[in-house]
Amino acid sequence: MTEREERRFVEVPRESIKLMAENTGVELSEEVAALLAEDVCYRLREATQNSSQFMRHAKRKKLSVEDFNRALRCSNTESICGYGAQDALPFRPLKECELFFVEDREINLVELALATNIPKGCAETMVRVHVSYLDGKGNLEPQATVPTAVQSLSDDLLKYYQQVTRAILGEDPHLMKVALLDLQYNSKIAALLPYFVYVISGVKSVSHDLDQLNRLLHMVKSLVQNPYLYLGSYVRSLVSSVMYCILEPLAASINPLNDHWTLRDYAALLLSHIFWTHGDLVSGLYHQILLSLQKVLSDPVRPLCSHYGAVVGLHALGWKAVERVLYPHLPAYWANLQAVLDDYSVSNAQVKADGHKVYGAILVAVERLLKMKAHSLTIAAGGGSAALEGSVARTVGFRESSPGLSPPPEPISEPPLGIASHLHAGGAGCPWEDWTPVSLPAMYCELYSFFGDSLAMRFSTDPPQVGIPTASSCQPIHNKKEPASGATNLESTRKMPQLTANMNISPRQDESPHTEQPPSLAATAPGRSFARSSSSSVSRSRSSSSQAGRSTSQSREVFPKARFPPPQAGPPAFTFIIGGRQMGRRCQGRRFQTSFIPTPPLTSLPPRVYAHKLPVIGRVSKPVRRWTASYYSLYLPF
Amino acid sequence: MAAVQDGPMELDTEKETKPEILSDGSANLSGNAGSGVLSSSPHAAGAQKPEDQQTLIAVLQFLRRNKLTESVDILKREAGLSDDQENSKATDTGGKGDGDAGDANALLSRVSITSATAPQSAPLPLKSGDDQPDVRVVLSAYSQQGEPPLYKVYYSDLKKFIESVLDCHRAELSQLFYPLFVHMYLELVYNNNESEARAFFDKFSGDQECYYQDDLRVLCGLTKKEHMKGNETLLDFRTSRFVLRISRDSYQLLKRHLQERQNNQIWNIIQEHLYIDIFDGMPRSKSQIDSMSGSLAGEAKREVNKVKVYYGLLKEPEIEVPLDDEDDEAENEEGKPKKKKAKKDSLGSKSKKQDPNAPQQNRIPLPELKDSDKLDKIMYMKESTKRIRLSPENLPSICFYTFLNAYQGLTAVDFTDDSSLLAGGFSDSTVRVWSVTPKKLRKVKSAAELNLIDKESDDVLERIMDEKTASESKVLYGHGGPVYGVSFSPDRNYLLSSSEDGTVRLWSLQTFTCLVGYKGHNYPVWDTQFSPFGYYFVSGGHDRVARLWATDHYQPLRIFAGHLADVTCTRFHPNANYVATGSSDRTVRLWDVLNGNCVRIFTGHKGPIHSLAFSPNGKFLASGATDGRVLLWDIGHGLMIGELKGHTDTIYSLRFSRDGEILASGSMDNTVRLWDAMKAFDDIEMDDFTAATGHIHLYDNSQELLLGSYNSKSTSVIHLHFTRRNLLLAAGMYNSQ
Repeated sequence: MTEREERRFVEVPRESIKLMAENTGVELSEEVAALLAEDVCYRLREATQNSSQFMRHAKRKKLSVEDFNRALRCSNTESICGYGAQDALPFRPLKECELFFVEDREINLVELALATNIPKGCAETMVRVHVSYLDGKGNLEPQATVPTAVQSLSDDLLKYYQQVTRAILGEDPHLMKVALLDLQYNSKIAALLPYFVYVISGVKSVSHDLDQLNRLLHMVKSLVQNPYLYLGSYVRSLVSSVMYCILEPLAASINPLNDHWTLRDYAALLLSHIFWTHGDLVSGLYHQILLSLQKVLSDPVRPLCSHYGAVVGLHALGWKAVERVLYPHLPAYWANLQAVLDDYSVSNAQVKADGHKVYGAILVAVERLLKMKAHSLTIAAGGGSAALEGSVARTVGFRESSPGLSPPPEPISEPPLGIASHLHAGGAGCPWEDWTPVSLPAMYCELYSFFGDSLAMRFSTDPPQVGIPTASSCQPIHNKKEPASGATNLESTRKMPQLTANMNISPRQDESPHTEQPPSLAATAPGRSFARSSSSSVSRSRSSSSQAGRSTSQSREVFPKARFPPPQAGPPAFTFIIGGRQMGRRCQGRRFQTSFIPTPPLTSLPPRVYAHKLPVIGRVSKPVRRWTASYYSLYLPF
Repeated sequence: MAAVQDGPMELDTEKETKPEILSDGSANLSGNAGSGVLSSSPHAAGAQKPEDQQTLIAVLQFLRRNKLTESVDILKREAGLSDDQENSKATDTGGKGDGDAGDANALLSRVSITSATAPQSAPLPLKSGDDQPDVRVVLSAYSQQGEPPLYKVYYSDLKKFIESVLDCHRAELSQLFYPLFVHMYLELVYNNNESEARAFFDKFSGDQECYYQDDLRVLCGLTKKEHMKGNETLLDFRTSRFVLRISRDSYQLLKRHLQERQNNQIWNIIQEHLYIDIFDGMPRSKSQIDSMSGSLAGEAKREVNKVKVYYGLLKEPEIEVPLDDEDDEAENEEGKPKKKKAKKDSLGSKSKKQDPNAPQQNRIPLPELKDSDKLDKIMYMKESTKRIRLSPENLPSICFYTFLNAYQGLTAVDFTDDSSLLAGGFSDSTVRVWSVTPKKLRKVKSAAELNLIDKESDDVLERIMDEKTASESKVLYGHGGPVYGVSFSPDRNYLLSSSEDGTVRLWSLQTFTCLVGYKGHNYPVWDTQFSPFGYYFVSGGHDRVARLWATDHYQPLRIFAGHLADVTCTRFHPNANYVATGSSDRTVRLWDVLNGNCVRIFTGHKGPIHSLAFSPNGKFLASGATDGRVLLWDIGHGLMIGELKGHTDTIYSLRFSRDGEILASGSMDNTVRLWDAMKAFDDIEMDDFTAATGHIHLYDNSQELLLGSYNSKSTSVIHLHFTRRNLLLAAGMYNSQ
């Protein structure tokens, strides 16, 4: 160890000493040179050691030439001039003879003196003050802890900002991809956050340009996903920009060829993402957003695309939001929508197409509401299965008994924090303050009265959650494998888990932000075409775009019929046909469905009605093929 | 100015100041308090312990040798030393020879060394001529005593022995390794056994404790007898006896072993160069030993920390009643006079109670309060009622003052107590003062203009200021080297700065000009600080002494000598009766301002100490060093009571919050850390035994005590300050690299 230490010291060889002596005209003997060399080494070391003291007192980490000179002066030795420059001295080797030397260029003083580019003087020393940590807390996020020592942006940051914004808003999709990706993972852009937020708030000025809007939304997504950024209060600004894209009747939507629907879907997805990932920051905004969504929804003057936005927005905020805002509001809204859809005039064609969109969105939203509600009930019931009775109770019991296949516990009933608790808390003055939970059967009945069989069909064919719900006393007619006493029917109980397993694959089962992945947004590569932002929207946009041209006429004819007439309008036999047609395209379950239609008076239906369909569902041959599109099956070609 | 004053000359002035100190004291007294500080000093001298007397005699001998008869006379007169007393003593010591007179000898040589920190190649013949004999005296101890090749055998024999003893003794006896190693190595070098020395070093240097690495590196470079002459560190090592604290059992064990083995070589070194402080009781554990060792000269002897220290606070002066009226007028708040009055009373009564540990009010003559000081006191009280009570749950906010465009040049920072001004010392020799408040800095008008002013007017103080000179900052030019220390006077009228050029300068903040340059340190002055009551200030520097000055005296009143290396930082005790100094010999010393004695030596740091802070109640001291650790000391008991680990680089700043609940430390590692000082002090269980032996067992509870660590991006923290309301201000220089 000491050996190594020893070697760390610089040694001045005696040859050098002799050379130096010769320079000054002194001839040295070998002995003297050796002795002198050793002494020189020692003195150098000593001076270096002394100079470190000056460095320490100057509160620096770097030993400067000045420090060394001070140490020399202290020991009454002449200091060495000419090396006081701040920048490092280039040390050059001479290959031929292993010589190293400090480069000392000749400087033409005349040139220097006559030069016109007089160097700028040094900036005045000054003091800046900033509150770094308030009450000892400050921003504890890793990036934000760093107080920006210089208030104004450094040149590098400024350049970065310009490049990135240019790339994102520019033409080259590849560049944009790279820029978005960097924005998502760069840890050093905290200082730029306000600038980006400002750029994003520019959505209001480009409402005619879907492409730019999309790019800006992607920018939001990157910022939101950047793990190093603490969004703080800027999240409000971001949310308001996103809300703008969801709700506003954008100038771009005037042209029916513009697919602003996808934009709204994406924005809604983004909104939900923000809520899942930054729930702590935006929890205060939740009510506000619900209110504004509700306001839009209840405003008949607003165009249908705004209503659509409101619905997808609510959908994005979770099924609880749908339950408390959309669901109570549905009867009132239905009348308006009905009017639009019933108008067959040519001038109304476009509006009607929009109406269908809204209709579809509502359908999707309420379906999930039903599913999640049913599921949450199951979960709740799962604890005390004794509450359930009859065969279904047994089924549940079986389900419990096969833990390997049962779905992971989803806290569907009670998302742990933030949003849902807000709903429950229901602050003063909230419209849903006096909201009372509607029981699932009642809700289903009411919804069924609006959507009729299209709802029932979708509800039932959709694999998982529905299956589990409450007990039913209704007897399906064509049920070949009717488990008279489900307890003994092993076959049917085995099928159950299969279905629940399907459910797990489904990407949109989430109801809790923290136990699961955020909505499929996470899977989105920033550079991908916007339409493919998620698997669900793939099918959706594809269908909607193809639908736009190809099948509008068809749907126009078909849809009004497909729609279930208002509740009082009469027998549900009507739906039977339509439902059949719908089913005919895709699945084999048609016969079972038709048999289901003649329902007894809905209101009197006990909740068990649905449960007995379970085995029926089990027969659906290709549930896996269906699940991807299940939510958006409305967009399937009719 | 001639390059450097030579040693003897300097010594001469030093000694001459000694009498002057006393007369200064008298002047102060007659001017201020009028009690017996002056007289107490000589009396104390008369009743000095024999040791002190020996010191005096040694000094006298030295003076006489250098034919400074006048000084001899004065010193004798002042010390109340009769001729024959001195003679008898002198012969006495002379006669005793090596054994006991070693003390006097060592003292003598030390005196010469402190004077001769001067370079080995000093140009003046007088000096070098003088230097030689002393060094020879010191080195003579290293005359040939054994066979060089056997040194290795001796040492490894001892090593084997120590490794074989019981665990409890091994830790204690292992302390011997380092000093023995150094002495044996130096002996080899001194006797020109270069190759043996090198072999010895290579073989055993790896065994030494890691905190001695720095010294070993110095040692390793030293291979020639000639080198020893100039190397101050090693001179210190030889002149001062390395102090070891060993339990009686362990010592007996060692003694028996050495006698059995006839290992005279090692025994001689132990006798001559080491001081073994034997105590009765349990041997100490390794961690206990490690926490206390590390200084250049071993641990402090136990008896040096036994002197009574009056660490209590002085009584607050009573301030007249108009306070309350002014309070109301000034504040214009809705009337809460009653409440305030009650508070004030309680405060007053608190300070009126005489603290049993407080020094006498006039132990050190303090300047009388001026009207402006009283106003300031009132302001202080007002502010302190609004003070935030800090606690682990309620941490202070931190404001960072970043120096921009300082080009690596910021070397010192200070805030005024009321946080209105900020001063920075720079390596380009300038001192800059900023106003932190919107109030700009203004100069007083020139004499000619001042003549025109109506001196009777009420706002004369406002009128004398020259509005044209108002600016946010002022630059003070005058130093000839980097400014390593700055300190505001408590009344904000003056600023002190200490510099590499060896001077301390006093600047007026009214005229922004230099008033006095105090010359005394001939080498860089690393730190300076005003006393909490103004008037006095202390400075410490490369010449290894700290000096106490009064602003109206151009020579120091006291010289605190004893550190074995540079005095790197100096702090006044809140009661102004004591001065603490930190040094690169890795010790902290506490000095009594009254008589200049060293009353406490704290060892335990493993690197040069760069920051000190007294707790507001005066009971505790915190010190921070290059090793990144903060150590806490109980002044009354003279004990280490805490170790705060966490920083990764030199701690340049320490500060207690105004009520002492929180200790803030600022470091080169760009962080400010907050520590729970209350907990650190409360947790100490102090039974009589630990108090008596000083063997306290420290738990490593740094993590529990650390309340927060706050980093800046690339700004090292070189100063911390709590405002009167407990807002933490930090200052440092932005490093662009």
